[in-house]
Amino acid sequence: MAVITCGCTLLVLAPLFFVLVFLVGTGWSALNWDFFTRLPGAAGETGGGMTNAIAGTLLLISLAGVVGIPIGVLGGTFLAEYPAARLSQVTRFAADVMNGIPSIVMGLFAYVLIVLPMRHFSALAGGVALGVMLIPTVMRTTEEIVRLVPHSVREASLALGIPQWKTTLRVVIPTAAAGIVTGIMVGLARIAGETAPLLFTAFGNRFWNWNVLRPTAALPLQIFAYAISPFDDWHRQAWAGALTLVSIVLMVNIVARYAASRQVKSR
Amino acid sequence: MMERPVVERRAAALIDHTTAIQAENVHAWFDRLHALRGITMTIPERKVTAVIGPSGCGKSTFLRCLNRMHELVPGARVSGAVLMDGRDIYTPGVDPVQVRRRVGMVFQKPNPFPTMTIYENVAAGLTLAGEGSRKTLDEIVEQSLRAAALWDEVKDRLRKPGTSLSGGQQQRLCIARALAVSPEVLLMDEPASALDPASTLRIEELARDLAKDITIVIVTHNMQQAARVSDFTAFLLDGELVEYGPTNDLFTKPRERRTEDYITGRFG
Ligand SMILES: Nc1ncnc2c1ncn2[C@@H]1O[C@H](COP(=O)(O)OP(=O)(O)O)[C@@H](O)[C@H]1O
Ligand SMILES: [Mg+2]
Repeated sequence: MAVITCGCTLLVLAPLFFVLVFLVGTGWSALNWDFFTRLPGAAGETGGGMTNAIAGTLLLISLAGVVGIPIGVLGGTFLAEYPAARLSQVTRFAADVMNGIPSIVMGLFAYVLIVLPMRHFSALAGGVALGVMLIPTVMRTTEEIVRLVPHSVREASLALGIPQWKTTLRVVIPTAAAGIVTGIMVGLARIAGETAPLLFTAFGNRFWNWNVLRPTAALPLQIFAYAISPFDDWHRQAWAGALTLVSIVLMVNIVARYAASRQVKSR
Repeated sequence: MMERPVVERRAAALIDHTTAIQAENVHAWFDRLHALRGITMTIPERKVTAVIGPSGCGKSTFLRCLNRMHELVPGARVSGAVLMDGRDIYTPGVDPVQVRRRVGMVFQKPNPFPTMTIYENVAAGLTLAGEGSRKTLDEIVEQSLRAAALWDEVKDRLRKPGTSLSGGQQQRLCIARALAVSPEVLLMDEPASALDPASTLRIEELARDLAKDITIVIVTHNMQQAARVSDFTAFLLDGELVEYGPTNDLFTKPRERRTEDYITGRFG
């Protein structure tokens, strides 16, 4: 049994290890100050960086959070507090279906809903596509965590003459906060690397952009564009971009784990 | 024949006091389970009334009918009347939230809010309701902690988590939290059953002290405790009120055979 367990652990760890080693090996050499601070160079030129793509990814993640976090947290809380309600059953089913929808379809959805009416690509459309993908993850983790809040905590509040809705918002959610934050960060890390939903929403941009109504660069898009280009320097930069992206995801995951361990301690 | 004078004297003992709560023919259900079968009793103001009986006889259910907490359990139902100031708290239009502010509750297991400090726990009833300025809160928190005999132990660490206290202290914190919203009645559901003997004694003393100002109803399955703390005792069995009267009479000259069997330890 122990042998099988060890074997499985190795099987899981091995790909992660190789990806990391390979990424560091190939991406490290292209990582320099310019990479983080300069805009992309002209096609075929050596040099330039991905600073706008890094910023664009952060912008997209923020937009996705604005869309996905409130809906996910409130929805998940509702599922936990009224598990048997008809609306809960429908919502839970919808979340599961949404979880299984291919991410490119989410991009199409945002394309039809936002890009077509506005007649141009935008960070907003990309953020909405990612935000919708965020909802089921945040909702299901929130549901699980809120369900862990002891019943006695709710009773204490209700017995003080605090109305049900205030008990939920001011006592139950704060009690579950650390776990909810963990769920949010895991969800954000998951969407940070999504490429397909951005192809015809955020679209990409060679320049700086902070306007949410304009197309924006994003790390995954930039990596894709550079990887399929014929230039060696861009290939190297694609690897550096991949390393940066994985580092961001890894960092968010580590912070999430830390938050989760704090939650356990405070119990 | 011998019983009559005793009964009359007992009735008189209750009539002498102002009524805090009058329960009339209270029935309670959990789905199909008929947990309370017509309880009628008068709870006197500013006295300690104990509710005793074997496990599962409906003590907690009865208590939770008095502040409309019973109906929070899915499938739970209540019938009958619970009068406060002559008005039935189950009249349509009465807000259960208001009832719960007048009738506070302390639970079997201490349940401070895990994310709140000692101070925030005590102030929670007011702050969550959006009441109380900073200054009045400070005052109310101190008063409530003093009333719960906890002030001296925590005054230097009000900003520490409520869960950092010992079990006995946590229970007194919960009492302070309940007192902070100035209830007229405090329901205590086996408040000491999870505590060590020393903490238990402190809670009992506290119940007696509090009865100078507010009405206390305390559930216990410990008869010595009922005898020590209460002025009146009600004995419940299988959802029915078997006997109710001054504590001393109930323990020394029980009228009912079943009461006698219970207090002499023949069952339960
Ligand atoms: N939440 C509940 N759901 C269903 N039945 C319950 C619930 N709580 C208590 N009961 C039942 O109601 C009866 C009375 O319980 P309770 O009032 O808790 O008794 P006591 O406090 O005297 O031990 C018992 O038979 C118990 O099993
Ligand atoms: Mg009980």
